[in-house]
Amino acid sequence: MHIGKYISLVHRTEIDLVKAFRLVADAHRDEVDVYQICMLLSSWSQSLSDDVQIFAEKYGEENDDEPDRLTQTLLKKARKGGMALLRDLHDLYLIVSEAEVCCAILQQGAAGLRDDALMLTCEEIERQSKRQLSWIYTRMRSAAPQTLIAAG
Amino acid sequence: MQASRDSIIDIWGERSPYRGEWPVRVDQCTSEEPDHWVQSACVLCSNGCGIDIGVKNGRIVGVRGRKEDIVNFGRMGPKGLHGWVANNSKDRLTKPLIRENGKLREAGWDEAMNLIVQRSKEIIEKQTSLGIGFYTSGQLFLEEYYTLGVIGKAGLGTPHMDGNTRLCTATSAAALKASFGSDGQPGSYSDIDTTDCVLHFGHNIASQQTVLWMRILDRLAGPNPPKVVVIDPRETYTAQKATVHLAPKPGTNIPVMNGLLHLIITAGHINRAYIDAHTVGFEELEKIVTEWPPERVEKLSGVPAAKLREAARILGTTRSLVSTVLQGVYQSMQATAAAVQINNLHLVRGLIGSDGCGIYQMNGQPTAQNTRECGADGDLPAFRNWSNKEHVQQLAGLWNVELHKIPHWSPPTHAMQIWRFAEAGSIKMLWISGTNPAVSMPELSRIREILQKEDLFVVAQDAFMTETTKFADVVLPAAIWGEKTGCYTNVDRTVHISHKAVEPPGEARSDFDIFIDYSRRMGFKDKDGADLIKWNTPEEAFEAWKECTRGRPCDYTGMSYSKLTGGSGIQWPCNEKFPEGSHHLYTDGVFNTAADYCETYGHDLDTGAAVTQEEYKAIDPNGKAFLKGSDYIPPHEAPDEEYPLWLTTGRLVYHFHTRTKTGRSKELHEAAPDGYVQISEEDAAKYNIAEGDMIEVASRRGKIVEPAKIGGIGPGIVFVPFHYGYWDNEERPRAANELTITEWDAVSKQPHFKYAAVKISKTGGILDKIGEAIETIKEKFKPGET
Ligand code: SF4
Repeated sequence: MHIGKYISLVHRTEIDLVKAFRLVADAHRDEVDVYQICMLLSSWSQSLSDDVQIFAEKYGEENDDEPDRLTQTLLKKARKGGMALLRDLHDLYLIVSEAEVCCAILQQGAAGLRDDALMLTCEEIERQSKRQLSWIYTRMRSAAPQTLIAAG
Repeated sequence: MQASRDSIIDIWGERSPYRGEWPVRVDQCTSEEPDHWVQSACVLCSNGCGIDIGVKNGRIVGVRGRKEDIVNFGRMGPKGLHGWVANNSKDRLTKPLIRENGKLREAGWDEAMNLIVQRSKEIIEKQTSLGIGFYTSGQLFLEEYYTLGVIGKAGLGTPHMDGNTRLCTATSAAALKASFGSDGQPGSYSDIDTTDCVLHFGHNIASQQTVLWMRILDRLAGPNPPKVVVIDPRETYTAQKATVHLAPKPGTNIPVMNGLLHLIITAGHINRAYIDAHTVGFEELEKIVTEWPPERVEKLSGVPAAKLREAARILGTTRSLVSTVLQGVYQSMQATAAAVQINNLHLVRGLIGSDGCGIYQMNGQPTAQNTRECGADGDLPAFRNWSNKEHVQQLAGLWNVELHKIPHWSPPTHAMQIWRFAEAGSIKMLWISGTNPAVSMPELSRIREILQKEDLFVVAQDAFMTETTKFADVVLPAAIWGEKTGCYTNVDRTVHISHKAVEPPGEARSDFDIFIDYSRRMGFKDKDGADLIKWNTPEEAFEAWKECTRGRPCDYTGMSYSKLTGGSGIQWPCNEKFPEGSHHLYTDGVFNTAADYCETYGHDLDTGAAVTQEEYKAIDPNGKAFLKGSDYIPPHEAPDEEYPLWLTTGRLVYHFHTRTKTGRSKELHEAAPDGYVQISEEDAAKYNIAEGDMIEVASRRGKIVEPAKIGGIGPGIVFVPFHYGYWDNEERPRAANELTITEWDAVSKQPHFKYAAVKISKTGGILDKIGEAIETIKEKFKPGET
């Protein structure tokens, strides 16, 4: 059984997100809303990772030898400025998407195992990930025209 | 001054006890006997009292209430009775000014306008119109906003247009949209005439809308008076009349409202049939509020569980209910989420759309509603949805321009973001009309820095030199109320006409004429090469606006200048179906939420993330209202060791905004000549502060020095009125917004003026003497102000 692998993937991605949201928050403090909402979304990922932790213990977290491809390459260091904000949000979007995909797969496993508690947790991760994506998408779209056209 | 009463001392006047029809009482204040009267409406708060302007020899000499007007039946409050004298003030701006070698000098209109046009074109050349932003007001007229809206959207094509209404009513609009699918107040002031219960949430109505408060006082003095529930951290005039007063700590509105709804739902005091037939989202809401038993609410908010229960019993059992909401909610944490809870309360109880049941998500300013309707706050005119192509196409058709000319690819830029773009340097021209951001915006040191930026070209359009015009590159002298004709709409959708009574001073021009002049000089055309702005007079603009509203919730098509003249104001929608206007919206329980009709697809209340068209269509509520809940999010700044107290800001009964008008009335000025800092008896003892001592209040962003006023507020909380700036007193830092925070609500983008962490200390020496000089304040403000 490899379900532990996906539990671990989801778990690690959420932990990465806790850090990633903080990183972007700190780098773009001058964009007050970005700072505050990123801090909020970081706290969501924290509580999601806590939720998954329980199942990591239950099924045995199985660390993949494969490194996390996305978080390895994305958002190593947040950058400063308007274009950087757009790029950082873009990176965040990809990492949250990764969490969402991992979770969708895990959810299938949970259904097969008829593990209702894990199902519920997956649903919660899916719901919160969608909200995170939705905010990032909204914020990127509103920053884009000014950044691409008017900024010096 | 000849007046029907001394409204400075007797703020609300004599009682006319009633239930049913509010008796007439005509209030008046004149300096001389007018030779004629001209129909108008008051512009000193959002209540929108119908009044007449008294004129003698071409000068305004007074005002009186219009007895036939459904808003006030003749009454007026102190601001309205005295504020008109500002029109005659000797220091009105009468000529355009241009900055040259660092100084403002007089100029002609041609020179000033050509300079603005030249700069506009240079900026557009380099950056497109995304380099230009407009920051307007809640005090222009409908015709002016609509004209400006069309210029911005179809002439320049910039999404950067917003008003100071962002600071005062943005949450009202956001909450109405979130619950009902579009802006528009469901209720009518006439609901007060028969209601059994009134709830004021973060709204010190007694000081803010004095005439509306008279209506409530008269009900309280009459047979079967309504119960009054007040939620406000301070013991205001309003709170003193409450049956139950809940005084939550700053930042805890959501826990209190969740707690109330929880009690009402568990007591079974809900209207199941109404919920099932007319709403979506009840289960989700119930789940969220269940987490808030009264004991938990008490722990967080300081509101005793027993009091919460009592309030819930009143609100849960009353057969009719009027609720009003204002800045205590709108300018606090989770503003939209908390305001929406009031809509939820009415929806779960089925108390909406009938006599005695009204929700007033109040506005602050007299014409704020029109900024929202006309699109001068960035929204699309007549409550159209910028993410619905059909709606944008309707406007393109109406204005005869290509669809892509109208910016609709991303949300309109809210004011806080416009200022941020200016700060970051991607907006190069900021056109400010009828507002004074150098006193009214949060964190003033930052605002001053932005206004002084070398690469920002600032145009300021005003009637007076203000703290803001001081920094402008071009100052345009504006004609104001009484000197131009136009319409405006108050909180309960009552539209009034205000006729021109006198000529503006010197070369001052109406905002309407200034905007049209700009449009012509810029050469804005429609797609057939004709002038984009096809009107020259306010009445023609009103006719164009009517067409824009056809079939939309704010339908004006049944109105005209002649219909609005002579009698009372009229409540929209006013059209073929409702030729005399409408008291209520949603009488049939059908809301404006259908996917092809709604003004917005909605937002996540916690993050502000926008719901997309596809997502919305998938859940199309098709006329049902939304019940939306939200859990508590703690404030971003809270008292700590270094800054141990909560700051909250607010207004006084005698002043409006930054006092550009009210500060010029001798009576109003003398009634409240200076700012102050209000603290509790406990804190006064702790810091060894006596009444009138000069106190320094400091936050992480700045500091001010104010005389102390003790009592009427809870321990740990500090209150400072926000009206006072520097145009008439530069001796000490005294603007409350030196202290406030740059941050805003996730959905409405309204800044959080109602909380910040501060510390206080006594100042010594010369400032104490200033304290003595304004001892009088003590007498004037005996009961808790605002
Ligand atoms: S209540 Fe408002 S509108 Fe009425 S007179 Fe007073 S300031 Fe003017």
